[in-house]
Amino acid sequence: MSQIPVELVKLVIALVAIAAFVGLNGLVLVYLERKIAGHVQRRPGPFEVGPHGLLQPLADAVKLIGKQLFTPKGADKILFWMAPVLSFFPVLLLFLPIPFGPVATGMEMNLGLLLILAFSGLNVLALCLAGWGSNNKWGILGAARAVAQSVAYEIPLLLSVLAIAFQTGSLNLSVVVQGQGGWPWQWNAMVQPLAFIIYFISALGETNRAPFDLPEAESELTAGFHTEYSGMGFGLFFLAEYANMIVVCSVAAALFLGGWQGPFFDGSLWFLLKVYVLLVVMIWLRWTYPRVRFDQLLNINWKWLMPLALANLFITAFVTKLF
Amino acid sequence: MSAIKKIWEDVASLWSLIVGLKVTGKNFADKQITLHYPRETVSEAQLEGFRGPLELIGKPKNPAKPKCISCMMCVTACPSKCITVVKAKAPKLTEEELQAMKEAEERGEKVNKPKAPKEPAKFLYDYSLCSLCGSCVENCPVSSLKYSSHVYFTSTNRKDFKMDLLERLDRQAAQAESFVESPEAAVETSENSTRKDS
Repeated sequence: MSQIPVELVKLVIALVAIAAFVGLNGLVLVYLERKIAGHVQRRPGPFEVGPHGLLQPLADAVKLIGKQLFTPKGADKILFWMAPVLSFFPVLLLFLPIPFGPVATGMEMNLGLLLILAFSGLNVLALCLAGWGSNNKWGILGAARAVAQSVAYEIPLLLSVLAIAFQTGSLNLSVVVQGQGGWPWQWNAMVQPLAFIIYFISALGETNRAPFDLPEAESELTAGFHTEYSGMGFGLFFLAEYANMIVVCSVAAALFLGGWQGPFFDGSLWFLLKVYVLLVVMIWLRWTYPRVRFDQLLNINWKWLMPLALANLFITAFVTKLF
Repeated sequence: MSAIKKIWEDVASLWSLIVGLKVTGKNFADKQITLHYPRETVSEAQLEGFRGPLELIGKPKNPAKPKCISCMMCVTACPSKCITVVKAKAPKLTEEELQAMKEAEERGEKVNKPKAPKEPAKFLYDYSLCSLCGSCVENCPVSSLKYSSHVYFTSTNRKDFKMDLLERLDRQAAQAESFVESPEAAVETSENSTRKDS
């Protein structure tokens, strides 16, 4: 009888931990999102279920699970139900190379950044399948927008990340984190402020967050690609969106904000704090800016982010070669 | 040159994004302006400018009688046709009085026929149709109409929204009279009416 490899056991444990982390964060983020939305509009937000509405996300989850799963007439059943699954489960994989702490990394790998960038593209496919499979014109329009948007915003995102990779000479997130210091002036965001801003804007576009939430645009396309989804089908898309938010914020924290390193002590606490600050900024942006028009969305990307990211990359390459 | 100028304008307008964040950030930190309804209720100050269902305003000397002269201006102005005013008719004369008038006319004397009083016989209002546009309040020449501060007005019966405003005014007048016995409440109601009159 051959022994079970240690690597495999570690991987399974990591995946289970990640699944729990994503589920828990989904609940926290739903609550945070609704509370912040409420307070920005000067109302309390969820308040009735539990103290200060703390149990509201749980009640929502129970409601979503209890709902009937409904397939629209004329829909492609396999594609229709594959889409939410495909949207959610690859996200768990994205957490593997993220260094949550000095040792708390799901899987150390040299190409961690590449893995995240490669698998995050799967989400677009899921949205595409959802739009196509639902036999609904709003769904198709949402899917078309999702593709145009994701393809466009992937490029400046890659370019800004690449600038950091050039600078540190590694695609391993742990190495990138170790290359920075605990204090804010030792962070990569100080050396590469432009890359950080471009990364953050592109991340908003990639995760379909407002003001770039055109694929689901509830006021124009009812709900875009998830118009026809009920119950947990919709729930999985929702969870995937929040999981994707956490991934992009974690990557931003690791690449630009010094990861788990912090003043006075190192540890996962600093990492989570940085991730949550970024998440709150994302939510804050959502309840501040109106949704952009589609041509504006593409103009911002192709006319501004792309050239700026390219220029930033060239300068970084030049400077790293020089010194 | 203009291209550079345009680019500069675009960059400069980025500041507006910060302004937006400041606005929502300030709102986030500010006090909430909504109430936890069943636990808290709306105070008088918060009802400033609130538009509840219409009410008639009574005459200063006789609060049970409306100032209304049944000129029909409100009915004409109402876009949703939710006000019905029936003019009061002239008092009916008895046979003897009629006879006397006839005789007087034959004698060549000038006879004053009784005129219809300038007041409504009926003032009906259908709140379920009303859009609270305020055309009636603005158009009333004797300012006999006002919005009430009736906030918690709900019903499962549609008929409850068809109101007889004369009866309502009557009820209010009777209530105000009984309030006079307790001076605090009287002050409250008088404040009420002055606010809505203005």
